[in-house]
Amino acid sequence: MTGFRAILERDLRLALRQGMDSVMVVMFFVIAVVLFPLGVGPEPNTLARIAPGVLWVAALLSVLLSLERLFHNDFEDGSLELMALSPPSLEIVVLAKVLAHWLVTGLPLIIAAPVLAILMNMPADGFALLILALLLGTPALSLIGAVGAALVLGSRRGGVLLALLILPLFIPVLIFGVGAVEAAIGGFPARAPLLLLGAIFAATLALCPWGAAAGLRQALE
Amino acid sequence: MLNYFANPRRFMKLSGILTPWMAGATLILAGAGLYLGLFASPADYQQGETVRIMYVHVPAAWMALFCYTGLAISAAVGLIWKHPVADVAARASAPIGACFTFLALFTGALWGKPMWGTWWVWDARLTSMLVLFFLYLGYMALNSAFDDPQRGTKASAILAMVGFVNVPIIKFSVDWWNTLHQPASILRMDGPTIHPDMLWPLFLMIGAATAYYLWVLMLRMRRELTEGRVRARRQIQAEEAGA
Repeated sequence: MTGFRAILERDLRLALRQGMDSVMVVMFFVIAVVLFPLGVGPEPNTLARIAPGVLWVAALLSVLLSLERLFHNDFEDGSLELMALSPPSLEIVVLAKVLAHWLVTGLPLIIAAPVLAILMNMPADGFALLILALLLGTPALSLIGAVGAALVLGSRRGGVLLALLILPLFIPVLIFGVGAVEAAIGGFPARAPLLLLGAIFAATLALCPWGAAAGLRQALE
Repeated sequence: MLNYFANPRRFMKLSGILTPWMAGATLILAGAGLYLGLFASPADYQQGETVRIMYVHVPAAWMALFCYTGLAISAAVGLIWKHPVADVAARASAPIGACFTFLALFTGALWGKPMWGTWWVWDARLTSMLVLFFLYLGYMALNSAFDDPQRGTKASAILAMVGFVNVPIIKFSVDWWNTLHQPASILRMDGPTIHPDMLWPLFLMIGAATAYYLWVLMLRMRRELTEGRVRARRQIQAEEAGA
């Protein structure tokens, strides 16, 4: 547990001192969402109709954008090898780094989402569910993304490749995340999509650290 | 068994014998299946002649899943037991499976236009097949993304195993969700719901597609193993020339 905390604190400290990471991700999120009213047209009913989907897709892309750096810097400067040699198992290291990644990128997205939902004219019924769905969904995105980020370490064109590998695996989270918000807006029970989102989160929490650790091991060989 | 085939030379010998048989089986099964499917079987009372697209569509979709399963199993065997031939098999399966997936999506669209009135709908079966297609592409991209081919093999093997969660989702998508795509009509607890006149050509075509996969798989594997041997031979020659 001490190893977990040490890595978590180190990553958070690095993110805070280098500063820009969270800001950049949130900026991207905001700009990506703002493009839609400009592209689709500012008609309020249209915007309200597409708001949940647009917010989720933009959140997904923002997470993707930040994932490339999850292991990359530590891989380049060799600290990942030291972590692999240190007592906590690589799975724990992955969990700590994913948690740090989510706190630095996922959480700011969730805070920014309601503001953007207002800009998109989303009906008020959906707000609570949007936050709840993002709270369940974004950690799953970070976990799935960790597997991809570990696999592309040291490859040519890592960023584009990561998108190709990870986006198909993000689709279930997107479907049920949007489903929950739209159910709430339409006045239907949002229980089923929320439960499925929770199931995805639980499954990725249990499985993805193993996959990512396996990916890191073969990258460090 | 696993160890027996870990020797590439043994595989070359066996596949050398099997390849022409698979080629023959493909041609005979496809010939018989196409004849029965296109000429000797009745048109559907509801779908008319378009039902014949099914004789290509169903085998292609079946092979898309079959190839991915084979790919994931070979990748797992290669990763766990460091089995050289399994690695080659996984790599060789991917493009074949991707082609079958594309074919299934394409013939499905051709059938969907007259029957459903649309080329494409975003229902669970179609979407999960599209995801499968992306998984194949991602596998191939990751496999070739590294300067060290060994790393590509291992990284993509892990990806193949992660992506396997999609296969049961595709298979059961028509049961779990309310979709436009018809539910399973062959692999059912209470027997198939297709008339034998249509079932026979369908089975023949599925057999043909499976034989075709094995045939091309062995051709691709033999090519890659031979390529590796040529490369090793050249390296030795170059070293001898340098010394």
